[in-house]
Amino acid sequence: MSLTSLTATETVAGIKSGKFSAEEVAKAFLERTAKLKHLNIYVHLEPEVVLNQARGVDSRLKAGENVGPLAGLPVAIKDLICVEGEPTTCGSRMLQGFRPPYNATVIEKLKAAGAVLYGKANMDEFAMGSSTENSCYGPSLNPWDPTRIPGGSSGGSAAAVAAMTAPVSLGSDTGGSIRQPAALCGLVGLKPTYGRVSRYGLIAFASSLDQIGPFTWNVPDMALLMEAISGGDDRDATSIPEAVPAYSSEIEKRPEKLRIGVVREFFGEGLDPEVAAAVQETIKVYQKLGAEIKEVSLPHSKYGIAAYYIVAPAEASSNLARYDGTLFGHRAKDYSPANDAEKELPALVRMMMATRAEGFGAEVKRRIMLGTYALSAGYADQYYNKALKVRRLIRNDFEKAFAEVDFLIGPTTPTPAFRLGEKAANPLAMYLSDIYTITTNLAGIPGLSMPCGLSSEGLPIGVQLVGPALSETALLQAARLYERETDWHTRRPNLTV
Amino acid sequence: MTSEEVAKVALLARLRLTEAEKVKYAEQLSLILEFIAELGETDTEGVEPLAHGVDRTNVFREDKAYPALDREKALANAPKRSAEGFLVPAVLD
Repeated sequence: MSLTSLTATETVAGIKSGKFSAEEVAKAFLERTAKLKHLNIYVHLEPEVVLNQARGVDSRLKAGENVGPLAGLPVAIKDLICVEGEPTTCGSRMLQGFRPPYNATVIEKLKAAGAVLYGKANMDEFAMGSSTENSCYGPSLNPWDPTRIPGGSSGGSAAAVAAMTAPVSLGSDTGGSIRQPAALCGLVGLKPTYGRVSRYGLIAFASSLDQIGPFTWNVPDMALLMEAISGGDDRDATSIPEAVPAYSSEIEKRPEKLRIGVVREFFGEGLDPEVAAAVQETIKVYQKLGAEIKEVSLPHSKYGIAAYYIVAPAEASSNLARYDGTLFGHRAKDYSPANDAEKELPALVRMMMATRAEGFGAEVKRRIMLGTYALSAGYADQYYNKALKVRRLIRNDFEKAFAEVDFLIGPTTPTPAFRLGEKAANPLAMYLSDIYTITTNLAGIPGLSMPCGLSSEGLPIGVQLVGPALSETALLQAARLYERETDWHTRRPNLTV
Repeated sequence: MTSEEVAKVALLARLRLTEAEKVKYAEQLSLILEFIAELGETDTEGVEPLAHGVDRTNVFREDKAYPALDREKALANAPKRSAEGFLVPAVLD
């Protein structure tokens, strides 16, 4: 058994019991990472920084200290979570060379739990995308089939775990950016309830939708990580102060109630038949386990993508206004007028315009413009306010459904991983790959994707469980119940190193 | 959306676009807006807008001073700076 194929729970237990050291674990992952460079998973990784943290854990253990629940566990970090003094670039030219002056709250929590921060994982620029193809570093490749994308925007975080270059990772999910890549890479991915995990130090894309969450091989690892990173935070006024349940010790229990709603709208046109079949099989497993299965309807879910592509770009256009070449990040060297119209503009404005033209990629510009347009005078009511009303209708649908059932079930994605370049020229087609995940962000509720099959081409398929706000314990219990009956979570890609 | 409208929005968003980009974005944003127009099918009469999935208002904390970011740390990432501040092109003539 090699150290890189262990689960997080096994890794921590092995380090704590002295079976192997944190340094040996870190070295094993670093060696494997070096051999898998072609997958383009990490945008920043300094072996010495990783090894020093691991050695620190080992010496503290030797001194008899209680290092914490994640003692020596390497955790790969999506490139938009601030780590003090380490490059944090959001996959963007705009933030080349940026080193945050402080740690995100989740980073402080990981450190306090004894984790080893392991490299910054690739992502779509500013988390806008579903394939990592929008990264200024080029796409990451799917470890199950390197001709395909790993999903996005947290594609690097997913590929990091799937390729066994890290035992777990953190990503962020604004419309599906954890669950979609988790599904396409054969992992468990959780988008927690909005506010369950502090967003302090998470570089903002759409503040009312963004949420940090982990990628793991199985549910016990997910519980371990969630317990470490959740909790209220004075520095994030939208975080939820309620106490964090002891997820790890709760997950083996059967959920109190097991009424599962099959979302009618999630089995319509555009769903790959193999994905549909795998999800139907999952439902059968739950039925055998004694679940009550019921069809439910979310009639406004079909407007989810449209509402999202107003709300998210509107918030992004405001959040990304800070990248103007003034305080940090890129500044254009030449901002002399590019045409006659620009001659009328003050030098400061031209500096900002040239900086943003050079620093942002095509998709980020597209969304900034969409959001600016949707908020501009004369259009705000037609677009932004309308989208917020539809957002309430979408949440009302969920509330109605949760009056009848405890969980919702459906596919995480319409298809398994698509090929590199397949959707790159068509923004709308790319947006539609988040069709089943996007509504939970709008409603603020948690969603979990877990592996439930392999396609005839050997590509992972994910099933999504959705619960009401703060139902993480029950959601993890329901997922664990399925996991104990099946072995999809033990499948690993065939990667020659 | 016309490329003139794109140019107007680009100025509001402080983005310099090439002529080719204006044409491309006009086409792509039109398609996206056409798709988004389906929101018009919904009946939202009397529906309150929802800005946050989780309702939570007026979060208070103790009015206590905490140490602010050290000036040197705050300036460390500046594209252009003096010993004590950020430098930008002249705003006034």
